[in-house]
Amino acid sequence: MPAAIDDHAFTHYLCIGCPLGCRLEVEEGTEHDIIEIRGFACQKGKEFAEREHTDPRRMLATTVGIEGARWPRLPVKTRTEIPKDLVLDLCRSLREVTARAPVRLGEVVVANALDTGVDIVATRDMPEA
Amino acid sequence: MISARVSQLRSAYPLVVVGAGPAGMAAALGATEAGSAPVLMIDREPEPGGILNQCIHTGFGLHHFKEELTGPEYAQRYLESLLEHDIDISTDSDVVDVDRERRVTLMSPDHGVRTISAGAVLLCMGARERTRGAIRIPGTRPAGVMTAGTAQKLVNLLGYLPGRRAVILGSGDIGLIMARRLTLEGVEVCGVFEIMPHPNGLSRNIVQCLHDFDIPLHLSTTVVEIHGSDRVERVTVAPVDEETWPCLDKAWDIACDTLLVSIGLIPENELSLTLGLRIDPLTQGPEVDSTMHTSREGVFAAGNVVHIHDIVDYVSQEALLAGRSAAAFVSRRMPPADNIRLLPGDNVAYCVPQTISTDREHTIYLRVRHPLEESLLRLGDVYERKLRYVVPGEMVSLKLRPGVLDRFHGDALRIDILPREED
Repeated sequence: MPAAIDDHAFTHYLCIGCPLGCRLEVEEGTEHDIIEIRGFACQKGKEFAEREHTDPRRMLATTVGIEGARWPRLPVKTRTEIPKDLVLDLCRSLREVTARAPVRLGEVVVANALDTGVDIVATRDMPEA
Repeated sequence: MISARVSQLRSAYPLVVVGAGPAGMAAALGATEAGSAPVLMIDREPEPGGILNQCIHTGFGLHHFKEELTGPEYAQRYLESLLEHDIDISTDSDVVDVDRERRVTLMSPDHGVRTISAGAVLLCMGARERTRGAIRIPGTRPAGVMTAGTAQKLVNLLGYLPGRRAVILGSGDIGLIMARRLTLEGVEVCGVFEIMPHPNGLSRNIVQCLHDFDIPLHLSTTVVEIHGSDRVERVTVAPVDEETWPCLDKAWDIACDTLLVSIGLIPENELSLTLGLRIDPLTQGPEVDSTMHTSREGVFAAGNVVHIHDIVDYVSQEALLAGRSAAAFVSRRMPPADNIRLLPGDNVAYCVPQTISTDREHTIYLRVRHPLEESLLRLGDVYERKLRYVVPGEMVSLKLRPGVLDRFHGDALRIDILPREED
């Protein structure tokens, strides 16, 4: 690690890209500009550090209610990552959602959830019971 | 998908697979692809998929499918491949006996009690969770104490919340995943408690399941008493010393209505014991050779019933091999028997398979006893490999190419994982 420069900020993240769990460091200059990213073992890690520093995002996998199926819950996920701050809000809003069997894997259950531009899709087929 | 229930069972199948979880599905696929058909898969749940059906989170398939899938997606991919083959699936069916002539007896509402003859049997029963009883937590016996996997089934499949305020004992991946899952569904998670000084789960799960939601992780701390008459009212937790003895003078109480225990898995081997299979005391699963053949002729095993895996991709890989081997057995094309026994040595808790052969390529799985930063894997004096780091929570896999053992002429090889000086 280089000698700390007084007015530079160093933030540390743990990469969640794969089970390796690289310890990442982001060095930020006085203008909140990223000077350097260290500690990654692959390009995905570098991209994760940059994203985590500027606009942290997560996949959300959860369930919604479903009627007429074998199980009362249907597993769903966000098609792509959404801003981390919205994860709990999105979960709360999904508690009001009830799907109706049959549902196919990949089918959109909620379009453009919370105006993120991201759809909520089913992660399995759920035939009628 | 998932509606492939058979109305009529045949009286004999070349291959019967016990359990339709990830191991059973991959084994059945391996067997049919190797030309053995029809295959009968038997599962006690109403649909195949096993534990994957309730593991709705992402993180599956990175090795096998090169993309990150949820559990149900991983299961469905396998099922879709399976349904292209001649495979009968008997769900809601309990296998109550497998005898030494490979007759499998099942019991189900659709078929009653039926005994089916099998050319080969694949044991893919998976594992069960350890419960409160396994670690003898003192206190009362109220409702609200359950395993993390039970809570997962309640929340993700059956649509019930287990409680309103939960404490989680054990920082294995299932415990961490459930800490996040309960939080997302509006349950307050007071904290995750881990008796060891280091977390048991992957660091990525510490970040995305605990840090993301400000759930505290208390290391070197355990639950020492459960209180409540009908329902859990509170638990007492206490830090532990180096020998993991609780320091009761430093104990404190936490009000909660739910205690989830996530304290490990045990291979489910009742049928293996009935069959008189040789059980490895280190894995608590059947001993297997390099084809996943057990100590009884025509009986193969794969997945968590053999040893506990960290990730499903490795289960699939191992089960595919078991399926192919079972097909080879049925068509009398089994390769020659193994000629080398593997002996777990320094810092090796166990290895699977327990025997290998000098003339084939092998993948050996093993688990270490304690963490090492820089280490060296040594196989007798014939092979060495540097490892970046090893921890008990992450299985080490070692691919051995056929030429590696050419110079070796003994009948046993010791595996050690040794500390290595920095380069």
